[in-house]
Amino acid sequence: MKEVWRKEGVAQHEQRLAISDPDDFVFGQAPFPVCCGRGVQIGSGKVIPEINFTLPPMEINPQTWPDVRQQYAEIIESVCTRAVALDVADLLVEFETLPPMTIHPQWGVEITRLLADTLAAYHEKYGLQSALRLTPNDCRDQERPPRMRSGPYWDSMVQLFHAAADAGADLIAIESTGGKEVCDPGLMTADLWQVVYALGVLAPRDMQFLWREIVSACRATGIVPSGDTACGFANTAMALAEQRLLPRVFAAVVRVASVPRSQMAYAMGAVGPSKDCAYEGPYMKAIAGVPISMEGRTAACAHLSPLGNIAQAVCDCWSNESVQNVRLLGASAPVVSLEQLAYDCRLLNVAARSREHALLLRDWLVASDAVLDPQAFVLRPDVVLQIAGEIIQEDNPYRQVRRAVQTTLTLLRAAHRDGRVRIPPVEVRWLDRMERDADRLPDTETAFCEAMHAFLQDVSYLPEEYGLDA
Amino acid sequence: MTDIQALYTAVLEGDAPATRELVRQALQEGVDPQKLLDETLIPAMDEVGRRFETNEYFVPELLVAARAMKGALELIRPLLAVRGAEPAGKVVIGTVRGDLHDIGKNLVAAMLEGGGFEVIDLGVDVPPEKFVAAVREQGAQIVAMSALLTTTMPGMKTVIEALEQNGVRPKVKVMVGGAPVTQRYADEIGADGFSDNASGAVRVARSLVVV
Repeated sequence: MKEVWRKEGVAQHEQRLAISDPDDFVFGQAPFPVCCGRGVQIGSGKVIPEINFTLPPMEINPQTWPDVRQQYAEIIESVCTRAVALDVADLLVEFETLPPMTIHPQWGVEITRLLADTLAAYHEKYGLQSALRLTPNDCRDQERPPRMRSGPYWDSMVQLFHAAADAGADLIAIESTGGKEVCDPGLMTADLWQVVYALGVLAPRDMQFLWREIVSACRATGIVPSGDTACGFANTAMALAEQRLLPRVFAAVVRVASVPRSQMAYAMGAVGPSKDCAYEGPYMKAIAGVPISMEGRTAACAHLSPLGNIAQAVCDCWSNESVQNVRLLGASAPVVSLEQLAYDCRLLNVAARSREHALLLRDWLVASDAVLDPQAFVLRPDVVLQIAGEIIQEDNPYRQVRRAVQTTLTLLRAAHRDGRVRIPPVEVRWLDRMERDADRLPDTETAFCEAMHAFLQDVSYLPEEYGLDA
Repeated sequence: MTDIQALYTAVLEGDAPATRELVRQALQEGVDPQKLLDETLIPAMDEVGRRFETNEYFVPELLVAARAMKGALELIRPLLAVRGAEPAGKVVIGTVRGDLHDIGKNLVAAMLEGGGFEVIDLGVDVPPEKFVAAVREQGAQIVAMSALLTTTMPGMKTVIEALEQNGVRPKVKVMVGGAPVTQRYADEIGADGFSDNASGAVRVARSLVVV
């Protein structure tokens, strides 16, 4: 197995962190900036707003399609108008397709074209620099168990990757779901081993396969392969923890365990910015040096989180996740979101003019959240650098996840003892339980897979779709 | 003699093997299965639900308790069926068409089973006609629907309309849930019940069956 990873050039054991000095780990600055779209530079000195939006409650079908188009046309026009009024210099727009728009790629293409044309018109007329990120939703899990490497869902998704550039997209991202069918039941029962299997064995294999295709499509068409997110894994855990359905300490560990799978996108040629809902983004920036998009308090329109401020600390794009096109008192919700993002970025970019001020603001953002929740604690820049430094010592994703989990638990235990992070009494027993499970994780992936084989008999997934023996 | 308190604790702690063994012992000793269910097992699950609602338990603890309960019911149900006793009710559950999210739905299904209901899980991305067929074929008293997306939420109304068009709506109660779903939305589409959490869904289901 080790040989496979090395052949693909993704072994990380000889790499160094792209950022090792905490003072270099700040918002707006990434070691490897990305240029895209109409003059947008990401990670080269300022933070750029990234706006995302979605439809209000409505069905998507041929009968409603004219209304769907009209919704997107209204949104992009009003967002661009407000961006110009607020003197936004650079704007990143993300269009994340809804399932019917990936299954019928021509629909995804049509909306992409509509958005791109409007952005181009505002650039020409007002000088608004912009880029359009197309994020085809990963529709492979429409089948249960999902086929990851073939079939109509795979085909339609690939079709959209290849059509993206012609439709006017400047970047491609994805929220890939490989391993989710195993992770979800693992989260429900807080089964650490099952989550490790999903994130350390299945997801990296899927991302290797998927990202090879995405990078190839982007290179062929001259657009940017940006990044992936562990949304379907770690954000699911976060959302469950926010509803008090899962312990927060468990969600914190899942977040860090997701780092090696998300990192795989960059190992395969993605260059950033990472996708906004990848709260593991700071780890990507530390390890690969790519610029990252993040979301926090501005994403409350989509979901709640305990990471509202700390998520902003080292971001390069600042996003709202997604907002429905509904009318609020001030304006439509996407315009309201855009305004919030624009003002946040103004503040960050004033601070970014001075290294001292930037670090001060970063530290305030961190200090305001980090002690209150273990999920915030694991995003502290110093903690990120420490855990990332451990992860890259390992030479395959399974061992990286194992090390990430063990290191995180050690740090959380110490921080709880020292009063640097608040862990509710009812959750302390979960630290004990996870430590026991983590300590028993085998040294090698082969031994781990053998141990998991019996446990996964009742889980509906297709090992061969991940290049594993059935 | 079987330690009934130990059985209660085994369910509470989600110890499925111990639960099964203690139920088996009790039945062998001639303990009335209905009494075992009503006075020990269901109260244990109610306590699990209470702890969950007061944030003492998380979902994993709730689920393992529900699994332990399910194992117990596998031993008890055949004995009750012989006497003509029915489960608390029969529920057809699924995530509506176009929606693949199943965590919440699975949770509700597990809690309903733990609460003594017979649950027919249709899975995710369930078309309206499948709900209708399941109601007809299974004789369910309740249809439970879940949706996580605002774009799939309207599918709940479509299912209710399909139940009406096929003449089975009067035979079933409809309950709905999921992140974007509200009591107001449930009322708007003509659902009979709504819950924003899994253990609440059991209470709603019980109230609907009684009505």
